[in-house]
Amino acid sequence: MRMSEILIKNANVCDPAQGINCETMDLCIRDGKIVESVSESAEVIDAAGRLTMAGGFDGHTHSAGKINVGRFMNPNDARRTLVPGLSGPEARTEKTRAQVGYNTPNTYAIGYRYAKLGYTTICEAAIPMLAARHTHEEFKEIPILDKMGLSLFGSNWQVMEYVRDKEPEKLAAYVAWGLKASRGYGVKIVNAGGGEAWGWGKNVSGLYDPVPNFDVTPAEILMGLAEANEKLQLPHSVHVHCNNLGKPGNYETTIETMKMFEKVKPTVDRQALHVTHVQFNAYAGTSWRDFETGAPMVADYLNGANHLTFDLGQVIFGPAVTMTADGPVEYANSRMLHEKWSNQDIELEDASGVVPLSYSPKSFINAVQWAIGIELALLVEDPWKIMFTTDSPNGGSFVNYPEAFTYLMSAKKREQVISGFGKMALDRMVLPGLDRELSFYELAIMTRSMQSKMYSRPEKGNLKVGSDADVAIYDIITSDIDPSVEHEKVKQAFSGAAYTLKDGNIVVKDGKIEATPMGRTYWVNAKVPADIDSAMNKDTDIKFKKYYTVSKSNYMVEDSYLPNPVEIRTEGAF
Amino acid sequence: MKLKANLISGRTADQGAHLEAKTYRGYFDACAYCELNSADLDKLGVSEGNSLKVATDFGEVVVFAKANDGNPDGLAFIPMGPWANTVLDPDTHGCGMPGLKGVPSEIEATEEKPLDMKSLMKQYRED
Amino acid sequence: MPVIKDAVCSLCGSLCDDITVTVEDNKITKIENACILGHSKFVGMFEHDRIETPMIRKDGELVPVPYEEAIEAAAKILVNSRRTLSYGWCSTSCEAIGKAIQLAEETGSLIDSTANVCHGPSALAAQEKGSPGASLGVIKNRADVIVFWGCNPVHAHPRHMSRYSSFSKGLFSTKGRKGRKMVVIDVRKTDTAKLADKYVEIEQGSDLLLITALRSAVNGHEDVIPETVAGISKEEILELAETLKNAQFSCIFFGMGVTQSRSKYKNGDGVSSLISDLNQHSKAVTIGMRGHYNVTGFGQVATWETGFPMAIDFSRGFPYYNPGETGANDVLVREEADAAIISAADPGAHFPQKAVRHLAKIPVIQIDPYANPTTEIADVVIPAAVVGIEAEGTAYRMDAIPIRMKKLIDTEFKTDEQITKDLITKVRELKEGA
Repeated sequence: MRMSEILIKNANVCDPAQGINCETMDLCIRDGKIVESVSESAEVIDAAGRLTMAGGFDGHTHSAGKINVGRFMNPNDARRTLVPGLSGPEARTEKTRAQVGYNTPNTYAIGYRYAKLGYTTICEAAIPMLAARHTHEEFKEIPILDKMGLSLFGSNWQVMEYVRDKEPEKLAAYVAWGLKASRGYGVKIVNAGGGEAWGWGKNVSGLYDPVPNFDVTPAEILMGLAEANEKLQLPHSVHVHCNNLGKPGNYETTIETMKMFEKVKPTVDRQALHVTHVQFNAYAGTSWRDFETGAPMVADYLNGANHLTFDLGQVIFGPAVTMTADGPVEYANSRMLHEKWSNQDIELEDASGVVPLSYSPKSFINAVQWAIGIELALLVEDPWKIMFTTDSPNGGSFVNYPEAFTYLMSAKKREQVISGFGKMALDRMVLPGLDRELSFYELAIMTRSMQSKMYSRPEKGNLKVGSDADVAIYDIITSDIDPSVEHEKVKQAFSGAAYTLKDGNIVVKDGKIEATPMGRTYWVNAKVPADIDSAMNKDTDIKFKKYYTVSKSNYMVEDSYLPNPVEIRTEGAF
Repeated sequence: MKLKANLISGRTADQGAHLEAKTYRGYFDACAYCELNSADLDKLGVSEGNSLKVATDFGEVVVFAKANDGNPDGLAFIPMGPWANTVLDPDTHGCGMPGLKGVPSEIEATEEKPLDMKSLMKQYRED
Repeated sequence: MPVIKDAVCSLCGSLCDDITVTVEDNKITKIENACILGHSKFVGMFEHDRIETPMIRKDGELVPVPYEEAIEAAAKILVNSRRTLSYGWCSTSCEAIGKAIQLAEETGSLIDSTANVCHGPSALAAQEKGSPGASLGVIKNRADVIVFWGCNPVHAHPRHMSRYSSFSKGLFSTKGRKGRKMVVIDVRKTDTAKLADKYVEIEQGSDLLLITALRSAVNGHEDVIPETVAGISKEEILELAETLKNAQFSCIFFGMGVTQSRSKYKNGDGVSSLISDLNQHSKAVTIGMRGHYNVTGFGQVATWETGFPMAIDFSRGFPYYNPGETGANDVLVREEADAAIISAADPGAHFPQKAVRHLAKIPVIQIDPYANPTTEIADVVIPAAVVGIEAEGTAYRMDAIPIRMKKLIDTEFKTDEQITKDLITKVRELKEGA
């Protein structure tokens, strides 16, 4: 990190963490941090009254690891140029490596294009622990951004056995060990128990459907891992992809799951549960024939609950690539859509699948899916509970975020899109009746501020003194613009930041890459009492000896895979 | 007499064990042969260790004869390597992969001896 | 004397990581758990010669030169070339592959891996129909039906059957081989076929016919199947389809017999489709038997760095991919490449004559620990450390599981990664000078 000072003058700061709502002021930066003041010799950036936020933080994106299967099976995606300046092939330059792709860009393009959107931190949503080196190898090639990843525990044999045998301390020790082995930041649970059932080509049907051969239910897995998560005082809560994803009527399972967590007491000042891509889990109806939005019911519950956060999984019309550890869902997708299907079950741990698809406004199902994401964002009153995502690239590529922001900020823009829907679609959604339009302040909360608390990263997602100098300046004069009407201008401004600063380095200027410093990788080292750790290790020794095909000593991700690591230690409450 | 055979190439353990010793006699022994079943060898009037000339549309090569009764009639196998590649099909049919299995060939007995690796490769430099 | 446990064998795509290596005086004197291929690699390297020094061909003969001179000569070839083919990079680490891709990008080269003559068609098949697979431990723990189609693990992957497939035991496969049905489909009775419960001998080049017939049977359309397909009776085909349908968990491992025979990538496409159909009845997956220990790694690194797994053409500045046009054999057979850099592979031995003939005509840079047929047509030869023995690094097993290879002994030789870095530096220097 260079020793330098920057003064950003006339910044129209929108920093919800400090309650600052588009006030013009100066920002001071020294050695990569926000500071009170700088000397006369500081480099000056004149923000000229333009909208200034902390760097964006995408807390749920598929950007390293499984995305490679998506690239591999969809070479056509490399040539897609659907979003000018943020997709398709670009030749190498003095400053940048060659780029390709739209839904599944190459690693360099992921770094550059997120930075162009003013984003500076991403969280990879799923690390299969046995293949964790792969995630970190891709992280190493994603420039600019700070990175973290969530490790998969939801269908893990050792987890299920400890839950079944009521060994909460050993379970916590195993989770700590798994995070260390995979250099993960948090606990991801995908369709709890479903990955194991998929080992036999089956699935679990809900929270209380026992996992074959393991005598545990998804509900028990979820509660067991939540307890372990809190025992370890992890910086993030469990991060849950609910059972029954993608099925009509699944909103009930989703609410049931959320309710179940009311009894979980967080040991860190953050939510007890994060539910991810809720759009895919807020479906009403009993089949695809009577399919309709379940967003009002889910939002109604969320408005009365204060123990959780969630993200949208907003749909973008056009081609997408679904990729998830929810193996059975991907197989079902491929059969329903007659699409190609990749699958990768991971021994003793989980499943996964990848299927490309395309969302069309002409399909009433896709139209309703599109509406559900926006309905959730508008019907849930408190934006601090909501993280904006497209579950990139499941709902659509992250390069469409600027387009999606306009759905939230402009009823007119929504009307434009909705006017292309058929009557059946309109009957199955509540969106046409919603006139709420989000402000820049609310958008900032959903795209950077709430992530700070959600991931316990106080130095991220805000512009407080002492925070990382990750700053995005957008070409918007908030006092002169009506986002409701001038949504195209809003989209343009968010599509290429006037400036993006990463740790005080100018990485983007006028929507172009200026510099490509290497970001950090955060991982969690949770302390576990030695005796418990040693008892747990005896059990995993057996797993490796009898069932894994990789030696235990070759399982742990080595230091060399994290060129710029940040180890987050937790003390644990055993 | 010439035997019409369908030629395939492929890995063997011996060939694989000499991947990093290709200038050695062992590699030559592991690769410079053609397997036919005993009945086919009989038709050609050769026994193991005699020389065979394998000719295709793409070239010809002299290799040793070897019996493998796992081969059906008319199926010839040469381990992957420079000898096999003298006669395999370079055409990829637009999909990147040349024709390394299933090349029509004619095989006959010969008095010539197989070239060692360096002599075989030297021909390319002199072409 | 140091004994290193859980060493990784850098020979075939099985990437066994349970090898015990004894090192004495910086030499490997004993190796346990390895197969014949691994043994010959680890112990054999002290029994046969290395390329001792960099060499440049002068008046038809390779003569020793200092390292810097070889790097400069190689860099000049790259800078003066208008269409360089960079080929191989499969018996090396992912770290070296990353640098090779960077070099190709900076020199506007075309880069391809040994998949070009191996599982390249499997990549095309995945692009058509996907790749429904699993990690090898899933097979070990669950599979009760295992099919080897056009592959011969007894020879090519000698420990595969004991560690991962036929003979392995796991949580739901406690009986090992006794609890499994092993089917081999091949054109000749291989040593693997001799171990099978069921050997199906098909007519060479008719794999797609059999796959299609099996799909018909699995999907309940047995009426359309002729009395004989691919030399197999209808009765036998129906029986095989029943075996697969009634399995708890089946896996089709496939090899070069499928990718190199007639119909090439359409065979793999058919296998993926068959697997999808089978999952209507029971769990089924498929895994390609990858040859070089890190050919899978090349595909992974290339895919995340360029978007494409192989046959990547940087002549436009951005990656362009069209394997029937930009594959290594195609550019050589069209006599399009005007220089080549080859590392950790041996096209001199493994490409058909027409491609080798063109290679012999153009300047060739070779980076390899050992002399091989490619050396005979190379113009600049740079010796390298043996990755997995003298250098550490990442490799991907045939099931895309990444494993870190250990450094077991010291060496004076430079690693592929270092050599490639030096080439990048020298190429930049020459370009700036120009």
